[in-house]
Amino acid sequence: MAKQGLKRQQNRMAIILLAPAMATILIFTTIPAFTTLSYAFFHWQGFQRGSFAGFENFSKLFHFPFKDQFLMALRHNLLVFVGIFIVQTSLGIFLAYGLFKIKRGQRFHRTVAFFPVIFSLVIVGYTWQIILNPFFGPINYFLHSIHLDSLALTWLGDTKTALPTLVFINLWRWVGFPTIIFLAGLNAISTDYVEAARIDGASEGQIFRRILFPLLAPSMTIVSILTFIGAFEWFDLPYVLGGSTGGPAGSTDTLALMFYRLSFGSVDSIANQIGIGSALGVVIFLIVGTGATLGAKWLRGREVEA
Amino acid sequence: MIRLLGSKVFWRGILIFNAISVLLPVFFLINSSLRSSQDFAKNPMQLARHPYWQNFSQVWQNGDFANFLKNSLIITSGSLVVILAFGVGAGFVLGRYQFRGQNLILGFILTAMLIPAKLMILPLFIQLKWMHLLDSHLGLILVYASGSLPAAIFILSGFFRALPADLDNAARIDGASEGQMIRKVLIPLVRPGLAIVTIYAAIPIWNDFFLPLVFLQSPGKKTIMQGLTIFFGEYGSQWGVLFAGLMIASLPLIALYLVLSEQFIKGLTAGAVKG
Repeated sequence: MAKQGLKRQQNRMAIILLAPAMATILIFTTIPAFTTLSYAFFHWQGFQRGSFAGFENFSKLFHFPFKDQFLMALRHNLLVFVGIFIVQTSLGIFLAYGLFKIKRGQRFHRTVAFFPVIFSLVIVGYTWQIILNPFFGPINYFLHSIHLDSLALTWLGDTKTALPTLVFINLWRWVGFPTIIFLAGLNAISTDYVEAARIDGASEGQIFRRILFPLLAPSMTIVSILTFIGAFEWFDLPYVLGGSTGGPAGSTDTLALMFYRLSFGSVDSIANQIGIGSALGVVIFLIVGTGATLGAKWLRGREVEA
Repeated sequence: MIRLLGSKVFWRGILIFNAISVLLPVFFLINSSLRSSQDFAKNPMQLARHPYWQNFSQVWQNGDFANFLKNSLIITSGSLVVILAFGVGAGFVLGRYQFRGQNLILGFILTAMLIPAKLMILPLFIQLKWMHLLDSHLGLILVYASGSLPAAIFILSGFFRALPADLDNAARIDGASEGQMIRKVLIPLVRPGLAIVTIYAAIPIWNDFFLPLVFLQSPGKKTIMQGLTIFFGEYGSQWGVLFAGLMIASLPLIALYLVLSEQFIKGLTAGAVKG
């Protein structure tokens, strides 16, 4: 009897405690996620929904004038992903290995390496905008003072250098994140393996290549997937430094910026186009979803039991 | 080359180089905020020997800036209250009770975790408008809460599950109700989990730019990160004032990081390690 009373009290408790969280998630995440799909299949007048459109919005996205914008933005996202992936991941492993080797002062260096991750991208973006300012910034001031004037470029103002510069700023802000993930991965590897290899006469390089790196595969999976998702939803940094059109001259335009312009309008196209915007949203979701799922599957396949 | 990669001196050098490249821009930011704009325009690389505090008073006199900070504080702390209150409840139930339908609820939460908030901004916009929650702090708080709750529930349920089962029974035998047991016995024991969730949720919300950009339109309601973009438009090349603005906006997090760096690192990587 007492036990049944407890069970009843627990059931009531479970409902009271679960309901607020479940309702919040349902209303502000699950329902909008389902409606976002339907938006892409309707005609829209501003924020007013019109008649059923079938795949018209999708086909508009792949025709003039949106096609060129879409392909250019997609190309930028791909470049950004490749750039971030190669530089940020290898530098992350490199720094993590350094932290792993150095025990004295590790805590200090770990704290410093992660420091930029806490900064807002708005603050990071503006700070670097001034640092890289062609006339008043310290970098070009320094380059001029040592007579390397040819290297003092208009970093963010030139269509050729703007995107790589944004990737560099992103690197400064983010590299601490994969570093910490890889360091945790290295620390999780049993020291028995490393010591056994050392007794067998393996060099430090061999130990890293044959033992540590393969056993880092789970961390690699996490970092790769997060980098992929981040690269294809890249918005804050290009918006803060290049505006909603990805300036200069669209050289830093991304899919997320294009999605924003279509959804809420912008300087060059006052009226918003919710139908086409939603279609682009669905396309981005498909790219991120399939890319992350297939990537995770392939990467998990090469993980070995530690 | 191989020998070099094995030596501790080499790796220590790399770490020191990394520390300099991280800290130099931050030092530049702090240093420049203490120099007058004319002084900075003459030479961007000089030390601020005589701190020029007027930059800060000028930022502060711009009444909007304090208001932006206040708005960010309201939105971040409001979201945290909702996330912690709802997250502790749901985390407790999922971590400590066994009941039918539990897997269904776990699946529901896991699915919500995979949905990128940015891409459903349009239906959210229209839905908030319909609910009269557009251009309102409460609307933004609920959207943030919904975004952080799934991971918060997962993290907290893990902490609740790790507590010994006898704890509940002992409290129950002593005559505690379920509510008393949660408040007086369990919550104090999951404090490390609460710290992780607080940082996991608070930092991205404080730093967020996209959602306020879309959802808040009245100038009086905007957050500090939106405020900075307005500020940069207004003060053009008054470098000292711009730097002071950036300093004020980043100071709260820098100060907290100096004290709680371990918790920050754990909290901000929690999503990656748990998910």
